[in-house]
Amino acid sequence: MSIRGAAFIAGIYEHPGRDLPHHTIWDIHAEVAIGALADAGLSMSDVDALFCDGTAGFGVLTLCDHLGLRPSFVDNTETGGSSYLAHVGHAAAAIAAGKCSVALVTLAGKPRTGSPPVKWAAGPETGFETVWGTASAAHSYALAAQRHMYEFGTTSEQLAEIKVAASIHAQYNPNAFLQNVVTVEDVVNSPMVSDPLHRLDCCVVTDGGGALVIVSPEIAKKLGKTNAKILGHGEAVKHTNNGRIDLTHTGAVWSGPRAFAEAGVSVNDVDYASIYDSFTITVLQTIEDLGFCEKGKGGEFVLDGGLVAPFGKLPFNTDGGGLCNNHPSNRGGITKVIEAVRQLRGEAHPAVQVPDVQVALAHGTGGSLGSRHGSVTLLLGQEDA
Amino acid sequence: MSSLPNPAPTVTSSSQAFWNATAEGRFTLQRCTSCDVVVWFPRKHCPDCWTETLSVFDASGKGTVYSFTIIRKVANDYKGATPFVVAYVELEEGPRVMTNIVDCDPESVTVGMPVEMVFHDTGEGNALYRFRPSAN
Repeated sequence: MSIRGAAFIAGIYEHPGRDLPHHTIWDIHAEVAIGALADAGLSMSDVDALFCDGTAGFGVLTLCDHLGLRPSFVDNTETGGSSYLAHVGHAAAAIAAGKCSVALVTLAGKPRTGSPPVKWAAGPETGFETVWGTASAAHSYALAAQRHMYEFGTTSEQLAEIKVAASIHAQYNPNAFLQNVVTVEDVVNSPMVSDPLHRLDCCVVTDGGGALVIVSPEIAKKLGKTNAKILGHGEAVKHTNNGRIDLTHTGAVWSGPRAFAEAGVSVNDVDYASIYDSFTITVLQTIEDLGFCEKGKGGEFVLDGGLVAPFGKLPFNTDGGGLCNNHPSNRGGITKVIEAVRQLRGEAHPAVQVPDVQVALAHGTGGSLGSRHGSVTLLLGQEDA
Repeated sequence: MSSLPNPAPTVTSSSQAFWNATAEGRFTLQRCTSCDVVVWFPRKHCPDCWTETLSVFDASGKGTVYSFTIIRKVANDYKGATPFVVAYVELEEGPRVMTNIVDCDPESVTVGMPVEMVFHDTGEGNALYRFRPSAN
């Protein structure tokens, strides 16, 4: 059994706020839920499945109570910033199995104005990883970047090209947190945060959220929302592998082939890609691991506007991505799906809309490249794709 | 850079023996009695073959830097110690362990450089294993 064609993304909503001092995260969950349902042409009473991450109070229990929902199917899958892409795949599977027909996925967070960082319970690895002075994701991703540079000769200037491409796109997004176009020099001259990552190699820290509505084919047709058919989904957990951690690749080496196989398409069919961009190195490794170029050649791939829409080799993150637009709740997964759907609908900004998008990819990397992360790849396409 | 703080680790019933040995200047590793793989981090089963009988031995304390970063700014216990180096060191016995590189200029650290283990007392019955440059 496959989920190919079993469900459609019919509703999307990205909260326009980036600083939300007067919202609770529950306000944000409600606003994005109502927004995505309105976009789909549905209402809260139509929802029969709810998906959220593990940061929202008691998860689906808290959120069902708050939103006034009585769903027949719930899922609290927590794989960091990739959770919401997993939720899409799980929603499609649940719809295919007849468990539900209108699934709501929401994300909300306030890392700028109030929410303290989520405190996870200690794991068996905690004593061996938390005493060395690392305090942010940047420290861990820097370890991956350093090793990639050592093995493949990747340079800071090549990583900077990824930020430059994101900034070229962000100038057209009035809601983007950073709207100025930057140069390679701007990136490599920004303060070093954790060698070899500079400040501008890192994503923005924003309040906000987003939501998705995933529906059965029958409902999608009735609503006239058939641009974003779910073609395939793959997920994987990459971890330290009993002391044999390999910092040069992501879990996309496993989630990518699973998604492509289910979708029945190849990298050559992908017209637009939303690539998780917590840091520039995240994008570089993911492009390689998904097979858009040979392993170790990501640095060359991103040169000469390779990622710049609409006519680069692989137009990516046309909203400006996590690097410039929005990384709500320190998690960029839901905005990756939202921009992929905009591209399929032809609703991206005209300056960055890729012509005639038939197949779009969205990829999430949640957790850390330097230890363990959840990797999820989604392939979406037009109704007849 | 010379005086990193020595925060006490989170110790569990599965890692107690490991941390107790560090107080004596010993870094112990487990080996699976069934598939012979060296296990890292300590646990009660082999994550390669799920055998629940593991032996314990003292590591040589020698390794090479697999990757590293220089942390320039931080808001935790290490605030006054910047810049400092966090690294993965690949032990002679195989496992890659997260740690600090000490007793050298952070700018002099390179991937592949040989290092040897030193122990820094936490004052709570165990010691942190860190690494300094070694001849070879």
